Parts: sequence; structure tokens; C-alpha cells
Amino acid sequence: MARIVGVDIPNNKRGEVALTYIYGIGRSSARKILDEAGVDKDLKVQEWDDSMFQSIRTVIGSNMTVEGELRSETQMNIKRLMDIGCYRGIRHRIGLPVRGQSTKNNARTRKGKRKTVANKKKATK
Amino acid sequence: MSRSLKKGPFISYKLERKILAMNESGKKSVVKTWARASMISPDMVGHTIAVHNGNKFIPVYITENMVGHKLGEFAPTRIFRGHAGNR
Repeated sequence: MARIVGVDIPNNKRGEVALTYIYGIGRSSARKILDEAGVDKDLKVQEWDDSMFQSIRTVIGSNMTVEGELRSETQMNIKRLMDIGCYRGIRHRIGLPVRGQSTKNNARTRKGKRKTVANKKKATK
Repeated sequence: MSRSLKKGPFISYKLERKILAMNESGKKSVVKTWARASMISPDMVGHTIAVHNGNKFIPVYITENMVGHKLGEFAPTRIFRGHAGNR
């Protein structure tokens, strides 16, 4: 088991895939990191040696924000929106879609599980 | 789609003129405006602008964090009072 930036322990996968276990790194940025560190992206993590680990760590440390730092950054951005009381902040506060999506139906990701209203009367004609 | 950088930010000319005049004279008074689409420029920080929401003017005190947002974002046009059943 390998350890890069804190707690992430991917192993026995190709480097390109293994790095995506880190929050804030996807396939393309994983490829970029490996390129910059001079590691073959198809090499499995268990085949990496110490110098490779070292160079990968420095690449991530020098020009990426990952894990807790990235999480707190996004949280700060949302908090800023809520504090200044702009439209997007208000939508965050009441837990509705922020980017202008329709909320008549669906929007379940933001609204959460359906809250069924008991004995809701059908419209009579 | 975001606005072309070539044009620069849209700042209502009349509003900007009033703000700059206030900055120069050092006075502070509430400015009424309908220009909801106008970007908040760094000059406006510290002023209170009354932004129209279609019904009345909502006073918005401009802080540093608001620069780059538009005035309309701070004057909601709809009021949601909750659904009938939830009362």
C-alpha cells in the first residue's frame, strides 16, 4: 500500500488510474502529473520506486490543491456566496439548484428525497 | 455563455457617473437604479445602492466581496413563502 498526500492508498493499479483515488485528481490531471514527474503512466503503483514517489509528491505538492485543502477551498467559495447574500448564495442556503435549472419536477439531487404530502387532494374539475 | 472579454464588463454609465461624482465630493447617499445587469465595480464599494426588483427598490450595501457580481443578484425578484401544506 502506497501513501501519497495524506491518506490515499491506491495500489496494484496503473499509475494513471491509481492517482485518481486522490480527491481533486481525475484521469487527465493524473496523466499530466505523471508526465511532469517523468513516470510512465502504464506503470503499476507497486512498480514505482522511491525516487518516482518523491518526484510525484513534489509535482502534486507544488502545483495542485488536493484533498482537504481543495475541499475547504470549495467550501469557502460557497460560504462567500452565502455571506454576500447574492442569488446563488440564497439558492445554496435553501438547498435548491443554483444554476437556473427547473425545479417544477426533478432537481432531486439538490432537494433530496421526495417528501410526500399525505392526503394531497387531486385537482377537481 | 460568458460575456466577451473584448467588450469589458458592463457597468451602467449613468450609475457609474453618479458613483464617481459621489466619490469625488466625498458624499454618500442612496442611489436608485434599475440597472440590475450592471456589474459591481470596485468604485462602488462602501456605497448603498437601491436596486429595483420590479416592485420596489432593495437597498444593497456593497462590500468588497461583491465586486464582479451584478447588482440584480442582490435584489431577488421572487418571494417564496413556502407551500400551503407546510404552514
